[in-house]
Amino acid sequence: MDITFRDVGYTYQKGTPFESKALYDIQLSIKDGSYTAIVGHTGSGKSTILQHLNALRKPTEGSVQIGDRTITPTTDNKNLKGLRKKVGIVFQFPEAQLFEETVGKDIAFGPKNFGVGEAEAEAITKRILPLVGLDETFLDRSPFDLSGGQMRRVAIAGVLALEPEVLVLDEPTAGLDPQGRKDIMDVFYRLHKDQGLTIVLVTHQMDDVADYADHMIVLESGTVKKEGHPREIFQQAEWLESKQLGVPAAVKFANTIQKKFGWEFKQLPLTTDELAKEIAVFMKTHKQKGSKGRAEGDSL
Amino acid sequence: MDNIITLNNIMFRYLEEEERPALNGISLSIERGEWVAIIGPNGSGKSTLAKTINGLIEPDTGEVTVSGLLLNEENIWDIRAKVGMVFQNPDNQFVGSTVEDDVAFGLENQGIPREEMQRRIRYALDKVQMTDFADREPARLSGGQKQRVAIAGIVALQPEIIILDEATSMLDPKGRNEVLSTVKDVKKRENLSVLSITHDIDEAAAANRVLVIQEGKVVREGTPEEIFSYGEQLIEMGLDLPFPERLKASLKKEGLDVPNEYLTEEGMVDFLWTLHSEM
Ligand SMILES: Nc1ncnc2c1ncn2[C@@H]1O[C@H](COP(=O)(O)OP(=O)(O)OP(=O)(O)O)[C@@H](O)[C@H]1O
Ligand SMILES: Nc1ncnc2c1ncn2[C@@H]1O[C@H](COP(=O)(O)OP(=O)(O)OP(=O)(O)O)[C@@H](O)[C@H]1O
Ligand SMILES: [Mg+2]
Ligand SMILES: [Mg+2]
Repeated sequence: MDITFRDVGYTYQKGTPFESKALYDIQLSIKDGSYTAIVGHTGSGKSTILQHLNALRKPTEGSVQIGDRTITPTTDNKNLKGLRKKVGIVFQFPEAQLFEETVGKDIAFGPKNFGVGEAEAEAITKRILPLVGLDETFLDRSPFDLSGGQMRRVAIAGVLALEPEVLVLDEPTAGLDPQGRKDIMDVFYRLHKDQGLTIVLVTHQMDDVADYADHMIVLESGTVKKEGHPREIFQQAEWLESKQLGVPAAVKFANTIQKKFGWEFKQLPLTTDELAKEIAVFMKTHKQKGSKGRAEGDSL
Repeated sequence: MDNIITLNNIMFRYLEEEERPALNGISLSIERGEWVAIIGPNGSGKSTLAKTINGLIEPDTGEVTVSGLLLNEENIWDIRAKVGMVFQNPDNQFVGSTVEDDVAFGLENQGIPREEMQRRIRYALDKVQMTDFADREPARLSGGQKQRVAIAGIVALQPEIIILDEATSMLDPKGRNEVLSTVKDVKKRENLSVLSITHDIDEAAAANRVLVIQEGKVVREGTPEEIFSYGEQLIEMGLDLPFPERLKASLKKEGLDVPNEYLTEEGMVDFLWTLHSEM
């Protein structure tokens, strides 16, 4: 499902003395099957954009096209249910989306709401739980009597249970421990690769952008400043620094050693694996030119 | 030794019938002026531990001593005035109808004179770069803005101890560093003690000492360098590998020899340079 923003603006509390403009002149397109990362400073409008992806907010200017639906400021709030099934959003604060008495009911709520039977909803719930690193002992607990990271996992499970076509993630790993972060990011990536899920990820972790995304959007103060492949955008390290955004750790390190050692990598490495490959090339070619020729495997 | 916080053999279960207690015999002490980071996997008991310190949770057994006072029902309010806590979810913490009122709230409660109050509010909002938002409703802010306001509230209070429970999780790396250096500034001036609960390696690195919690117990402690040198085991402890460690693992896969000891980024640059010139 392609998603396109045309001249989108959004003003909170429009028409009141408190109105504040959060988005303006937004043009962007998210292709079906892509993995899009949205980055930008605190308050730049990332969460506001995400809430347009399933018409939770309607633009106050312009239009948002989601598959064959076009949402404009005057779109009727009725008949949006189909959209909510196709586009699942994990919110920035997980408490915002938990509400049932038990974890089991909370996860099963979405599927049941969209017409799945009791037994199947239960089966879906049991299949999803281990994906977010929880076991069945959690099913009967209250989702509010959990640790922060456990709540986050339940919130993610509830959205995965919807089996959406587009998965929208607002800093989904904040508060997760590193193992959980890696496992759950891998689950999202597998869904993307194996089932062609479209993913839209908001993150402050440039390493996550480098590791997973094939499309990147940079927001600043409510509008899009750049859109392109992460490798293109991370080439512009100085521009990003000037926007106080930074680059992945591997890019930063690659730039440091290229400058220091006078090396020039064939392509800018985005991940540590890519960086290690580039470094190995330099070590090996240097060796072939062969000064003293230390044997491979010699320790220092 | 002047301990600001001492926990002695704390046991706590949320429900009586629970098999695994949330806190399972925790003993620790924090010196006045010290900055201690607490790390550990999800559900290991970090937030529960923090809540015992200001009496939000009463341990089943064991004692909590804060700034020389053995915590009990009589002195709980005195103790809460000494402990400034930033909760994991800032929405649980806002009381004011505007950002400014919210920051003022704690100060009014302590009877701080008006002028001093104004000065502290201005300072705190300025430090977290939220001055322009003083008249806004806290609930109507972005995630990172909410976390900044929650931190401003504590900075303005100037308590003896600041507890940060994943208080920077929604900030970008630069924003996080700004907030941490604000806390450092205040700490230097006021001999503040800091307890920071975090999954972020940079935040842990800001500490004098790191405690690792697992299943309600303190399982390791050490300086950040000592803890970071655990390499791959760090992941189980609830921290990510530092970048040089990750790069080391990738270089190994490429068949290069890498040293075992912990390398900083500069150490890594030096190592690569030596390797390259020796080849
Ligand atoms: N409910 C609301 N009412 C009014 N203004 C809001 C509301 N939510 C957000 N804003 C404002 O809109 C702007 C964009 O906020 P948004 O939440 O989209 O930012 P963000 O990029 O997600 O930031 P963060 O990284 O901090 O989460 C901010 O200036 C914010 O203060
Ligand atoms: N209100 C509650 N009622 C019952 N059990 C709870 C409650 N809050 C937390 N727990 C349980 O107590 C244990 C410790 O939770 P705690 O919130 O202290 O973990 P944490 O280390 O802060 O984790 P996280 O990194 O996810 O924030 C967990 O197993 C959690 O499920
Ligand atoms: Mg946001
Ligand atoms: Mg916690």
